[in-house]
Amino acid sequence: MNVTSSNHNIRKAKSFAMNGLCILCAVLVILPLGLILFYLIQKGASSLNWAFFTGLPKSAGVPGGGMGNAIVGTLELLALASGIGVPIGVLGGVYLSEYGGERMNTWIRFWADVLNGVPSIVWGMVAYALVVLPMKGFSAWAGALALAFIMIPLVLRTTEEVLALVPRSYREAALALGLPQWKTIVRIILPTARRGIITGILLAMGRVAGETAPLLFTALGNDYWNKNLSKPIAALPLEIFNYSISPYDDWNRQAWAGALVLVAMTFCLSLSVRLFSTGRFQKNT
Amino acid sequence: MMNTEVATTPLSPAPGRAGARSGTRLGDTLFHLVCLGGALVVGVLLALVLWQLFKGSSLALKQFGWKFFTGSEWNPVTDQFGALPFIFGTLVSSGIALLIAVPLGIGTAIYLTDLAPVKLRQPMTSLIEMLAAVPSVVWGLWGLFVLMPLLRASIYPLLQKWFGFLPLFQGPIYGIGLLTSGIILAIMILPIVTSVSREVLRSVPNLQREAAYALGATRWEVTRIAVLSYARRGLFGAAVLGLGRAIGETMAVTMVIGNTPFIGWSLFHPAGTLASGIANEFTEATTDIYQSSLFELGLVLLGVTILVNIVAQAMVRAFTTAETRQVA
Amino acid sequence: MNLTMTPEETKTAPRGQADHAGTAAPRPQSKPNAAATSSPAAPALSVKNLSVFFGKHQVLKSVSLNIDARAVTAIIGPSGCGKSTFLRSLNRMHELVPTSRVEGDIRLFGEDIYSKSVEPVIVRRRVGMVFQKSNPFPTMSIGENVVVGLRLNGVRNRTVLAEQTEKSLRMAALWDEVKDRLNAPAISLSGGQQQRLCIARALAVQPEVLLMDEPASALDPLATSKIEDLIRELRKDYTIVIVTHNMQQAARASDYTAFFYMGDLVEFGPTAQIFTSPKQKRTEDYVTGRFG
Repeated sequence: MNVTSSNHNIRKAKSFAMNGLCILCAVLVILPLGLILFYLIQKGASSLNWAFFTGLPKSAGVPGGGMGNAIVGTLELLALASGIGVPIGVLGGVYLSEYGGERMNTWIRFWADVLNGVPSIVWGMVAYALVVLPMKGFSAWAGALALAFIMIPLVLRTTEEVLALVPRSYREAALALGLPQWKTIVRIILPTARRGIITGILLAMGRVAGETAPLLFTALGNDYWNKNLSKPIAALPLEIFNYSISPYDDWNRQAWAGALVLVAMTFCLSLSVRLFSTGRFQKNT
Repeated sequence: MMNTEVATTPLSPAPGRAGARSGTRLGDTLFHLVCLGGALVVGVLLALVLWQLFKGSSLALKQFGWKFFTGSEWNPVTDQFGALPFIFGTLVSSGIALLIAVPLGIGTAIYLTDLAPVKLRQPMTSLIEMLAAVPSVVWGLWGLFVLMPLLRASIYPLLQKWFGFLPLFQGPIYGIGLLTSGIILAIMILPIVTSVSREVLRSVPNLQREAAYALGATRWEVTRIAVLSYARRGLFGAAVLGLGRAIGETMAVTMVIGNTPFIGWSLFHPAGTLASGIANEFTEATTDIYQSSLFELGLVLLGVTILVNIVAQAMVRAFTTAETRQVA
Repeated sequence: MNLTMTPEETKTAPRGQADHAGTAAPRPQSKPNAAATSSPAAPALSVKNLSVFFGKHQVLKSVSLNIDARAVTAIIGPSGCGKSTFLRSLNRMHELVPTSRVEGDIRLFGEDIYSKSVEPVIVRRRVGMVFQKSNPFPTMSIGENVVVGLRLNGVRNRTVLAEQTEKSLRMAALWDEVKDRLNAPAISLSGGQQQRLCIARALAVQPEVLLMDEPASALDPLATSKIEDLIRELRKDYTIVIVTHNMQQAARASDYTAFFYMGDLVEFGPTAQIFTSPKQKRTEDYVTGRFG
């Protein structure tokens, strides 16, 4: 049986072509990232000035103004949502890791993963029904609640996974010393896993900071500084959305600036996550 | 017999020490309950979302029944609400996204697992993760102001010129519409399809690749025979995960799809998805039946996403755990 | 350099003709202890001063030996001595590790397999390999596994494929057990059967040399003895190089034995001599079980 050279060359050529295709795929996948960063900077950077960061939006069609209230609003919402979502998520993660039976935990894990796949706009609808309707108005609370709904299953699963990495021997040593279980967890296990837990929290915050859909009919948006959490509040993603779909050039321009700020915020967050978890992790192990 | 002075803690508490002992037990119980509460919130959230969505859509459910899913007219003016156009838009835009993203994602995964120089692998993986961190509204902004004009000016007219015999590429070119939203969705689901595919390919045992190499297979043949067919099921799971993500995606789609209830052949036509319909019209829903119908759209969205995600997780998990179990 | 010469040609050609490269010297004897083989024919594989590096770490140190055609050569030695690396250098499989580097010369029936104009793909077609753990392709049936190498080479004719399937499975002593279920998934076979399937798969492309990396180490004694019988049968038509950590197996199944230790070829000669009257003390220590 012969290896005809023509067959061999065809196989070689095919291998070369297909591998080339795969390289092309990789390039095409990375390309959008470069494109988006490029356009964000090109179209948005020029609008970043003091007025943008500290000013309030002007009326429709009037040039100038800023997104100061939206930036602050996002931070307020993040703080509120984290205040609700993080404790619940961490405690739940502790439960799954340290307590609970095999069967129940499997179910909880399963449903938490399902919840992680729920579209964020659905959470907005739930918060609308739970808060906006009874309060007869949009509010920061409603927006924060919708965001908390997203954070809870996320933080729960990451906390659990991080705690599972803590060696059994730590727990056994503490218990053998006569420490009660709750102290073992709070004083020994949680501090050991501190870095990973904080990483998980930061990741969840980064994810939630960019969410728009759940805020569309909960926080609603606001043209002024928000002093009252029971009233609508501005948020950066919301403002970007509203400005982009508007017909005013100036607002469109500001939308780019706002997007640049938002992306910078989320990138900084993930960068700090990376530095945090790798830089310090060496010390811990 | 030595008289040791070591003070020992009696096993059963002396009357005076009762407080300390039950204090510990109290601490343990309390903490346990608090944590349990946290975990049970998962169940609470699940019940909450189902309850609120059913409650909110009860009016529409009663009024339209099954016709909600088969009705193709969505008219707030006449209070006629049929979800079919939004279901159509969701399926088509997600389908386009999958057609683009799955081959690209798997090709990239092959590159990252077998072809790329080792030093490049981690940086590229990090870059792809950064892609996933871009918020949806930013993609929408870019899609609206950069991609859409480009497509409308150059690519779409070409498509119409070359493939205009297909009804898919006929009709007026608005720029926004099904195809544009499909492309943006593809970009957005690329990170998850790529990273899950990469995990799947990495779990293919090296011994399989070596068997193919030893037979004198070329690099691509090794990938085809030993890796891709072995990893079939896991890769399919990765695609389904991407589908789940695409179905639930809201903001970017809302900004480039045009928000018109539409069922038809032309990919250039504006349309609407379940998520974009809700996003667009919720604050304008003036009547109860209008709002209830939007809630029902949410219910459909929820049901479909949950189902797709469960199936996808099961597939990927089944594949990767089968790898830890040895093949005979 | 005629690397498209078919396996049949090399097998039936008169022994001397295969040495195209025209090496001036006769078969090199770099180590004084390397025993002279009785056959005057050109060796199937001649290895000269082979050194293999992974990054900075040198795994094989200037190894030279000749592997006779139609004989079984066993490679023995303690763990980490480099025997698997040596085996893999014979079909350029070590190149799958990015940091690997090779110095020295290996010739397959006189042709330099490491020359720049030679592709690893072709070398591997002519030098087949069977691995320690059987690795049939799980998404293919038994029959498909056997002919996958042929298919890759462009053989499409169903009759030819069917003939080759039967022939290879017979050579691997598996035909009778699977002839009625060629469409069954390959992983439905037992461990020993899967390994014989892998042997059949390797034989189907008609290699000139068959490399076996501890082929029976994952098998039970019954399956192991079947593999050893198979090796004895295959010796009539193929050159076989087998790595084994089981000395009794080497003694039973091979004609020549090479003893490696820490990257060096310590001694090489007819199996009988290595095991009964080894020339090196270290060899003697190893085969008598004093270490290893």
